[in-house]
Amino acid sequence: MKAAFKELTRYKSAVVGLFILAFLVALAVYAVITIPYGEAIRLWRGSEAMWRYNPRTAAPAWIDYLTPKRLLRTVILGPDDAQKEVEVLSERTRRVLITYQLDYKADVFPTELAVVFKSVYEKKPPRVEVIWKTPDGREFSFGRQIPSAQVHWYTVSQDKDLITSLHGPPEKVLFQDPSDPDRPLKGLHTIIIKAYVFEPKADIDAEVVVYGTVYGIAGTDHLRRDIGVALLWGAPIALAFGLGASFGITISSIIFAAIGAWFSGFVDGLVQRLTEIRMVIPTLPILIMVGLFYSKSIWVILAVLIVLNLIESSVKTYRAMFLQEKRAPYIEAARSYGAGHLRIVFRYLIPRVIPWLIPGFVLAVPAYVFLEASLSVLGLGDPVLPTWGKLLSDAFGHGALYHGYYYWVLEPAFLLMVTGFGFTLIGYTMDKIFNPKLREI
Amino acid sequence: MPDQALLHVKDLHKWFELRKWGFIHVGFVRAVDGVDFDINYGEAVTFVGESGCGKSTLARTILGLYQPTKGEILFQGKRLQKLGRWYRAQVGYIQQDPYGALPPFMNVKRILLEPMLINRWGTKTQRERRIREVLEEVKLTPVEDFIGKFPHMLSGGQQQRLVIARSIVLNPKLLVADEPVSMLDASVRVEILQLLQGVQAAHNLGVAYITHDLSTVRYFSERIFVMYAAKLVEKATVKELIRNPLHPYTQALLDAIPDPDPENAHKFKEVPPGEPPSLLNPPPGCRFHPRCKHKIEGLCDQESPPEYEPTPGHYVSCWLYR
Repeated sequence: MKAAFKELTRYKSAVVGLFILAFLVALAVYAVITIPYGEAIRLWRGSEAMWRYNPRTAAPAWIDYLTPKRLLRTVILGPDDAQKEVEVLSERTRRVLITYQLDYKADVFPTELAVVFKSVYEKKPPRVEVIWKTPDGREFSFGRQIPSAQVHWYTVSQDKDLITSLHGPPEKVLFQDPSDPDRPLKGLHTIIIKAYVFEPKADIDAEVVVYGTVYGIAGTDHLRRDIGVALLWGAPIALAFGLGASFGITISSIIFAAIGAWFSGFVDGLVQRLTEIRMVIPTLPILIMVGLFYSKSIWVILAVLIVLNLIESSVKTYRAMFLQEKRAPYIEAARSYGAGHLRIVFRYLIPRVIPWLIPGFVLAVPAYVFLEASLSVLGLGDPVLPTWGKLLSDAFGHGALYHGYYYWVLEPAFLLMVTGFGFTLIGYTMDKIFNPKLREI
Repeated sequence: MPDQALLHVKDLHKWFELRKWGFIHVGFVRAVDGVDFDINYGEAVTFVGESGCGKSTLARTILGLYQPTKGEILFQGKRLQKLGRWYRAQVGYIQQDPYGALPPFMNVKRILLEPMLINRWGTKTQRERRIREVLEEVKLTPVEDFIGKFPHMLSGGQQQRLVIARSIVLNPKLLVADEPVSMLDASVRVEILQLLQGVQAAHNLGVAYITHDLSTVRYFSERIFVMYAAKLVEKATVKELIRNPLHPYTQALLDAIPDPDPENAHKFKEVPPGEPPSLLNPPPGCRFHPRCKHKIEGLCDQESPPEYEPTPGHYVSCWLYR
């Protein structure tokens, strides 16, 4: 085994494959450590509130370095960035002025605007108003309202009265250059939250959220979720699914083939007939039915896949190897010193052919990774787990390519292809090492 | 005297059924067809015969790998069929191809450990000690150098030594050696045969040595059984047989041994015409009669000859000695 590994590193293709595999494993380990399983599910299924500060369908931030335009990262102006003045007007009433400065440098418009009011009161909520001063000195006043809760989201972009009065979406009108409406005006915006509080202990703070066009290393989807979480968690799931399915199916097929070949006669006939029956049963429709009527859990699908393939077509190939191997003199010798049937099957026959099976096992992994992705794209992916296939499915369902959100499709597709590529490189090189006849090719 | 013999074989038959399409009976291959002999404690006997005469089938039947079709095998007076696994520890098996006889994925230690594990032999430390003992006995020393090696790292002679070590690891009483040196280089043949002889003498083992090569016989065997077409045609001590071969087949066999005499360059050796008979349809009567120059018409081709004892201890199945 050690020698085989050493030999493997002599081939450049295998080294590349091993690097890819190491990268995937590292990614998987990192994902599992930084975001525990439960946390990953919570993040992915969590309501929009969890991701409320993220922009919708934002491209990854590194796109910024690839385009001549300066793109916008989300800006959140909180109490730390603000100047707060309190003016006592009467015994009960006070006026709070919170002033923010926003130095706008991007060449694109923000995607959305929102103000979060966080007020403290017992009975009577404060009254608030937003005053927006653009760099060229224009002044807009809007959002006059009474927050309905302690934490109140005022989504400026959806304020219909404001849209009507500005004759356009606020995130555009507030930022555009009057001389060239298609370009944002760079410079210092001043945002003042003017609030009146009516209780002695009442107070108010606010956050101004200017949603950007880029986010994080992977971007976000239509529900503002960080695609990075799914890319990261896709790795352990893809590896677990691919390796699990490939391992389970290879091992069970070997065992059935060995038992059939060793006992021959009726047992062999039974295994062969079952294999033939299995070969005409299509896997995908059965998995689709399981997904539709029973459970979409990825682990249930994995179990069903393994059970369906317990006796798969490769039993025929393995059987041919075992039929040759069972006549080897060392098997006869083992019988002469009293080895039983089970010992011969598991200790003598199976170990002998394992070197030939490892390449096949490695090469089968990507097929099952892709199968999981295909099921997800068909809408039968695990509803709670973030996977690469699920990302593709969401992207597909929300017209990612039509809207130009290429990153949404390309990122998971790239990882899927890299996974397949890595395993294929390793598998074919192993094939060369374990089947020396191929070495000359 | 079945009680004194280590192995007593009586009227042993092993027939393999031939079938067409898996169920239509075509006939039987009579690989072993009525064989009687004894092997005493500590005695080495040789079975000699040409390829395809049923020697290996006989070996496997003695080992219990094949169920006899008819007849019985008594080991220390007990029927083999009833002995089961205990019997496996009482016989050692040495095969022809030393490389094939060793599982290529096990190292030397594991190979020797397997028989002991299967037969629940001793404790862990006893087993470790036994492995050292047998490796020293077959001269695979220093033991440390060999114990972790895999079969492909050993030479042909070392592999066969390991096979011998494995066959004696359970302290058997009988060794069955099926052409143990035919696949080895001439240079190591003698070594291996001497080793076998040493092992046999040291443990007082009964040995069934099967060969097609008469020149290797004298190394250690006392008696020699000549096998032709699934039957034993002549049984005698080695000396007696070489000095006075009685059966025409034995005579032909001995004549065929190359003799380094310059005179031979001018002599034409007489070889019996024809080929050994098919074991599927053996000829009636004596199986050698179609090739025999002493054939007696009306007798040899009609009836199978019984066993005669022309001189004490020298048995022959031939009508010439009636």
